[in-house]
Amino acid sequence: MAQITLDKLAHSYLPHPKTDADFALKEIDHVWDDGGAYALLGPSGCGKTTLLNIISGLLVPSKGKILFDERDITAFQPEQRNIAQVFQFPVIYDTMTVRQNLEFPLRNRNVPSDEISKRVNEMIDILDLGGKANRKARGLTADEKQKISLGRGLVRYDVNAILFDEPLTVIDPHMKWQLRTKLKDLHRQLGHTMIYVTHDQTEALTFADKVVVMYEGEVVQIGTPEELFDEPEHTFVGYFIGSPGMNIIPTEVKGSTANLGGHSVELKGAYAHLDGKTELGIRPEFISMKSSGSGLPAKVTSVEDIGRFKIVRTSIENHNLNVVLNEGESVPADPLLSFDPARINIYQDDHLVRPQSKAKGA
Amino acid sequence: MEKTYNNKAWLLVIPVVVLVALSAIIPIMTVVNYSFQDTFGKNVFFWAGTEWFIDVLRSERFHDALGRNLLFSFIILCIEIPLGIAIALSMPKRGIWVPICLVLMALPLLIPWNVVGTIWQIFGRGDIGLLGYAMSAIGIEYNYTSNVFDAWATIIIMDVWHWTSLVVLLCYAGLVSIPEAYYQAARIDGASKWSVFRYIQLPKMRGVLIIAFLLRFMDSFMIYTEPFVLTGGGPGNSTTFLSIDLVKQAIGQFDLGPAAAMSLIYQLIVLLICYVFFTVMSNVGTDKPEEVEK
Repeated sequence: MAQITLDKLAHSYLPHPKTDADFALKEIDHVWDDGGAYALLGPSGCGKTTLLNIISGLLVPSKGKILFDERDITAFQPEQRNIAQVFQFPVIYDTMTVRQNLEFPLRNRNVPSDEISKRVNEMIDILDLGGKANRKARGLTADEKQKISLGRGLVRYDVNAILFDEPLTVIDPHMKWQLRTKLKDLHRQLGHTMIYVTHDQTEALTFADKVVVMYEGEVVQIGTPEELFDEPEHTFVGYFIGSPGMNIIPTEVKGSTANLGGHSVELKGAYAHLDGKTELGIRPEFISMKSSGSGLPAKVTSVEDIGRFKIVRTSIENHNLNVVLNEGESVPADPLLSFDPARINIYQDDHLVRPQSKAKGA
Repeated sequence: MEKTYNNKAWLLVIPVVVLVALSAIIPIMTVVNYSFQDTFGKNVFFWAGTEWFIDVLRSERFHDALGRNLLFSFIILCIEIPLGIAIALSMPKRGIWVPICLVLMALPLLIPWNVVGTIWQIFGRGDIGLLGYAMSAIGIEYNYTSNVFDAWATIIIMDVWHWTSLVVLLCYAGLVSIPEAYYQAARIDGASKWSVFRYIQLPKMRGVLIIAFLLRFMDSFMIYTEPFVLTGGGPGNSTTFLSIDLVKQAIGQFDLGPAAAMSLIYQLIVLLICYVFFTVMSNVGTDKPEEVEK
């Protein structure tokens, strides 16, 4: 187990990268705590698998260093790094039994056989593979195979980190939940540093203590699930996390009010003068709808009832805005929207700006 | 719900039935017909029962030829399969050399059988052939027309030269279809090169290896053209394989009955051995868990 330090790490698949755009992974500088559960979240092609492969040693970064504890392991081969990786598709050794699969990494490292059988038996119990230990691995279901892939990493109890590359992709939905719970349990039980790559926000938010959101080769935010939800530091995070995502609308900010198509909206504090592209972000959960009084007049374009709540799609001055209404609340014909000031975030050129001072009474 | 049966649908299989009938069923039934009858010419046939079959099965000539075939196929499989795997493993997986290697490998496969025979026949001649001349120049006595060992060695090397590529291409196809994650996982598990071969590459090549094995077995067991061109079955009868003997009987001696019986037996042997191979190879490593290796 180890603390993982990424020291000015960057990677390009091109031999001579020139511009920023040539980098699949832009410079990242971060320390991951020993024993933490991290998720790398982002859409396809955002560089998360590249980062994972750099940590596991399958890729050598073009720039920067990677350290396990204090040791620079940038030039180390995967087998020297003492890490484990679970891939998108279960990797098992077909001709071996479940037990032999789990023994394999230990045998390769010349662990004494009584130690091997002790650890493997333990692992078979932990993974609930008891009845299948002596069966050929090839006949098992996808989730059982994935458990074996995982077990081959966990059985080496001294691994520095366990890396997961979208491990639940081929697992049936009802087994996904079980396997995810199992992972969480294992993390609690064994305390390995775990890094989990996914494009599924539910997986990331339920698995990880800290979520690393990546976008176009850049880490845009690292935070707890709450932080990502409440204060996305980048419009992409706001949009990507949450279902539906955060509403992002162009605006002009003056002091503690924002101008939204002629209507002014109260903010949580006074902002300095903002140049460039200024946007207001508000989550659909924090917008309320009234039929009379004050508020922003909006047009309802459609309503989706998904049981526990309704998603109301509206538009204000040609900007789409989603509103979430709880079960039982009705949708007024010509609604007036009001935003919870404490929940409004202001973005300048896609990055979060915080107010200079708190508004009175907020 | 009741199913509707429409027998007109059977009409759709007519083209296939006609093709198969013309290409396989009618010729085979003609052979079957001959194998139970005797003729003295003039299209007059007499019922001979199973006499020809008994004759063939008891004939020493048949036993000898069958023995040669089995030995030949055995040697061919022992050389071509491991050699094919070894070459496939050492071929590049990506880059400019991939198409070059593939084309080089495919070249021998494009040459017709009788041309291959002729090439080697000339190649091995002592007077004008490079191989034959070189051998005698360095003092090795080599003559495939008079020496049994030389004749066999030449036919075997010729077949290896001609057909190992097929095994290589099949194995290569099997190898490149292995997802990269397997190799990555093996590296992380600390597997040796041998372990990667034994536990990843070989099991993943199982399917193509079965095909390569069956194709090479059937082809080598039915070898005809190359020895016919090269040695004509000699010296003596040393390279007279079943196919050569069959043609001698059927076309040389016009013994249609015995030849028909022999070809049916020949075919049954091929089918039987292929069936056994296929069953055994498909089941290797699937049913019972193996003992844990210590």
